[in-house]
Amino acid sequence: MSQTNNNLLRIEDLVLHFGTTRGSVQAVDKVNFGLNANQAVVVLGESGCGKSSLAKAILRLLPRNVVSYSGRIYLDGNDVMKLNDEDFRQNIRWASISMVPQAAMNSLNPVIRVGDQVAEPAIIHLGVSKQDAVSLVKKMFQHVGVPEDFINRYPFELSGGMRQRVAIAMALVTSPNLIILDEPTSALDVLTQASIFNVLKRLKGELGISFILITHDIATSSELADGVAVMYAGQIVEISDAHRFFAEPLHPYSRMLMASVPRLRANVEPEFITGQPPSLLNPPKGCRFADRCPKRFDKCSEEPPTANVDGIQVKCWLYTS
Amino acid sequence: MNKVNKQDQPDLLVVDKLVKYFPVRTGLFQRVTAWVQAVDKVSFAVKKGETLGMVGESGCGKTTIGRSILRLIEPTSGEVSFEGKNVLTMNQRELKPLRRDMQIIFQDPYASLNPRMPIGESVMEGLQIHNIGRPKERWEVAVNMLKKVGLEEYHARRYPHEFSGGQRQRIGIARALALNPKFIVCDEPVSALDVSIQSQVLNILKDLQSEFGFTYLFIAHNLSVVEHISDRVAVMYLGKMVELTDRDSLYREPLHPYTKALLSAIPVPHPEVKRERTILKGDVPSPLNPPRGCRFHTRCPIAVDKCSHDEPEFKEVRPGHWAACWLAE
Ligand SMILES: Nc1ncnc2c1ncn2[C@@H]1O[C@H](COP(=O)(O)OP(=O)(O)O)[C@@H](O)[C@H]1O
Ligand code: SF4
Ligand SMILES: [Mg+2]
Repeated sequence: MSQTNNNLLRIEDLVLHFGTTRGSVQAVDKVNFGLNANQAVVVLGESGCGKSSLAKAILRLLPRNVVSYSGRIYLDGNDVMKLNDEDFRQNIRWASISMVPQAAMNSLNPVIRVGDQVAEPAIIHLGVSKQDAVSLVKKMFQHVGVPEDFINRYPFELSGGMRQRVAIAMALVTSPNLIILDEPTSALDVLTQASIFNVLKRLKGELGISFILITHDIATSSELADGVAVMYAGQIVEISDAHRFFAEPLHPYSRMLMASVPRLRANVEPEFITGQPPSLLNPPKGCRFADRCPKRFDKCSEEPPTANVDGIQVKCWLYTS
Repeated sequence: MNKVNKQDQPDLLVVDKLVKYFPVRTGLFQRVTAWVQAVDKVSFAVKKGETLGMVGESGCGKTTIGRSILRLIEPTSGEVSFEGKNVLTMNQRELKPLRRDMQIIFQDPYASLNPRMPIGESVMEGLQIHNIGRPKERWEVAVNMLKKVGLEEYHARRYPHEFSGGQRQRIGIARALALNPKFIVCDEPVSALDVSIQSQVLNILKDLQSEFGFTYLFIAHNLSVVEHISDRVAVMYLGKMVELTDRDSLYREPLHPYTKALLSAIPVPHPEVKRERTILKGDVPSPLNPPRGCRFHTRCPIAVDKCSHDEPEFKEVRPGHWAACWLAE
């Protein structure tokens, strides 16, 4: 993933803070990253690190208690943060970037036929007629591997894997350039996971769609990734291309995430990261990973800058000369 | 206890031809119109001090087996014996000591923790129910258990919402083990946790096992989770056990095509490892109407004609290696 390019999407200093009775939660704190057309970038990190908030920030799907929302989001070179809400809703969300939210397959409306649910974004956002929408939905079902006659079924009549495909079809129906997938397979069995990833690979190959894939599961993510961004406590701590990342990540957090993946028939047992990510109400002053980091040294009490190691960006004192 | 002599141990639990059908009721009069065959003639034994891993996709009957063993649900037929006594014919009075010897750890630790109770009290609740020790001693046991799962004494006075998911799961473990049970059903205890902390929970379970000699039935939906904790592993498909053997044989020489598919579907975090993946066609069929013959034949990549007519027997294909497949040899 070339950092100089990022011609499809480039995010600069993105901030999203929520207000609570106990103070402000710095869920997304000066995030920079991006991707090229027809690329898939994985955003990796443990629960509570701000991954879903990052997705909401990109799509401007903001809850009421936002206290700070700023930065620049360049889509095809234009800063969409400058658009007013109405323009953003009409031209960006769904039309250019759509999303499969976390737990989407369990959030389908139980009393509406799945075909009608998939058709809705096309009718509302593209102004497609009801009749045309039906054939569009059938085409989407074909892309994601749902039998055509399922359009008349209700969500409860579908397996988890099929419902997740329906959720992907819904994100696809407005022909966006970019789809953000938030933990798309975390609740599914391995065989279903594998088949969903086959669908995503096919969509990327055949339709040239780009993906931001949000997940805590480093193993499944490697299937689709061209690039990797590791998120910790509201910040991105490593940006790398997938080949180099999965061969040898650099940031101590990335390394520990990698070492925690169980490997079949291996003599080494998986490791674990002690403790948990810090509270985003009051993140620590220096490196946010410091209290869990085995490599920590004196300097780490100051906030680390982002070092550039042959094109890989790492936010860690170990890599600054 | 090392692996070899674990297999010389006597059976602690024997499950024989366990069947559980759930009724499906429809219509105004809620008449039973169909039966879900959740578990169908499943037989296995768990040896004293061992961990039997049990793996299969969601809905294949794993949880139903775990709960039937503990009589949290009543099985339709079959036999479950614990230390030689038939559990399924016991009355409530006979069951009481059993409720102490057999415990369960749930996937969602919230299910076992009272949100309005300090966790130390939740951990000692079982001791109270069984009238074990005086209040002060119970509290000491609770604090001691919490330390064993990596928490501190001051945590005992805090409430469940003050803990992370991983910590809550460890509290659930402390609670289940405070009664010093003999047999524990671990029903997907790490499935809801981030991968980064799963092995911490697994290590705690292993350490406690070597300290206290616990016997585990460890349920998971992914073979990679149970490899390091299991002595033997059973694979379930659509209410049937399809394979059962020691850990190394299962991972290195699986006999059943479903086990092979499950193994091949496990992702490896490396984009250069491009493996041949057996992706099974279709979804798991409905247990309301399972396929005739071998229940797996509709998705099996190597099925022959016979598989759709005759059900293969669950038999010992090699010494200690059981499988239900016409082509396994
Ligand atoms: N609307 C909100 N108000 C207050 N805090 C929030 C809100 N949404 C998310 N958070 C908090 O922001 C942090 C990041 O959450 P999230 O983006 O969901 O992380 P992830 O997706 O990585 O698990 C968490 O501490 C979470 O509790
Ligand atoms: S800056 Fe220091 S504490 Fe932070 S990750 Fe690097 S070595 Fe560890
Ligand atoms: Mg999330």
